[in-house]
Amino acid sequence: MQQDIPSASIVSLRDVQKSFGSLKVLDGVSFTVERGEVLAIIGRSGSGKSTALRCIDRFERVDHGEIIVCGHRVDSPDVNLRALRQDVGIVFQSYNLFPHLTIEQNITLAPCSVKRMALSQAKDLARKVLAQVGLEEKLHAYPEQLSGGQQQRAAIARSLAMQPKVMLFDEVTSALDPELTVEVQKVIERLAADGMTMVMVTHEMGFAKSIADRIVFMHRGKVHETGPASILTSPTTPELAQFVGTADLKS
Amino acid sequence: MGGHLNINHLLFLGHGALWTIGLSLIALGGGGVAGFVIALARVSSLKSVRLLSAIYVQLIQGTPLLVILFLGYFGLAAVGFQLSPLAAAGASLTLYVAAYLGEIWRGCIESVPKPQWEAAEGLALSRTQRMMKVILPQAIRIATPPTVGFMVQIIKNTSLASVVGFVELMRSGQIVNNSLFEPFAIYAIIAVVYFAMCYPISLYSQRLERRMGRGKFNLAPA
Repeated sequence: MQQDIPSASIVSLRDVQKSFGSLKVLDGVSFTVERGEVLAIIGRSGSGKSTALRCIDRFERVDHGEIIVCGHRVDSPDVNLRALRQDVGIVFQSYNLFPHLTIEQNITLAPCSVKRMALSQAKDLARKVLAQVGLEEKLHAYPEQLSGGQQQRAAIARSLAMQPKVMLFDEVTSALDPELTVEVQKVIERLAADGMTMVMVTHEMGFAKSIADRIVFMHRGKVHETGPASILTSPTTPELAQFVGTADLKS
Repeated sequence: MGGHLNINHLLFLGHGALWTIGLSLIALGGGGVAGFVIALARVSSLKSVRLLSAIYVQLIQGTPLLVILFLGYFGLAAVGFQLSPLAAAGASLTLYVAAYLGEIWRGCIESVPKPQWEAAEGLALSRTQRMMKVILPQAIRIATPPTVGFMVQIIKNTSLASVVGFVELMRSGQIVNNSLFEPFAIYAIIAVVYFAMCYPISLYSQRLERRMGRGKFNLAPA
């Protein structure tokens, strides 16, 4: 139906609107993410950035507008959610590893249940993705035995095991101290270098500047300013200037 | 009349105590299976299923067990379904336990943090897979102490089955008393036996609760 979307776009939002009750959280948000691109969404708390991210994986339903992700019409009521979520990986601020399963079982669960992968093959895969995040030795540990940074890396590995076409990161370092933040950021940088398409909501301006191909600055439910990472050093709108200024002061 | 309490009376009471345990196990087994279905129905994605199960729970919780027993035994008999005392007591207790366990377990399922659902959803697990592999294993851990605690309620409530003539501990006490007329001594014995059955379970439930309280998940490394 919609041929006007560039075929290279993995994620495309057009005029997306979303309200919680009387509160308009997204007020006509549009952006696209191309294959291999890293997009960072920044903005104040309450600007709608996490909601925008969650709409991509259909954790929130939009009221209006169009979202296409890896060819799935996410805004349509009859989108195949399981197919969508096989193409999209999501990592949360609170890691959300399954506490009753070992790290290995956390990782093999979805490939075995969803993709019907043989357990032995899934275990090989678990070792491979854990190596990617530098946690091979934690294969048989339980989540509670890991530090926050290690849990988040394991959560990234769990997501990678489904071989998603795009990964969403929702403030994944916000619960971590600076040292652990760096170890998680290194993992994400390596993924970016490997060409993974990523959309991340982040409060770490330095990290956004160094890793993002493009920045989306959200303000009051709208994309207020967008452009390459350089807009963080030379913003054109006073709101972004002020936001970057206060963000610098904080760090 | 009647003479003194002797070994035969005690054996009779012991037999009644065994049936109290038996009826409790029937209630726990039947109520457990039905309660599991109720719990799942209460968190179903279908509104009609949620509504029906909620009505069931409210109906049972708003009705005295004694009335359910009377309905099952005398009521059904009057409309042509004569159940044996055991069947009537077992069925009534099953209905009763199912409503309470269903509610307890619904609470346990819902107390698994919502992000766990989302993480499982984000990994493309189906609703059934999310429930079976992610939510229920965690809910069962949470559910163990209150479920064991509820066992005490079941055991005590089986005493109501005495009114439909089922000879469990309470009824056997009444029968012995009818011949001896020593209500204080006999009902004191009955009380002690109930206490001896319930107290260890209470203790065990408390211990489980303390153990769960220490850490959310005390799992040994595999």
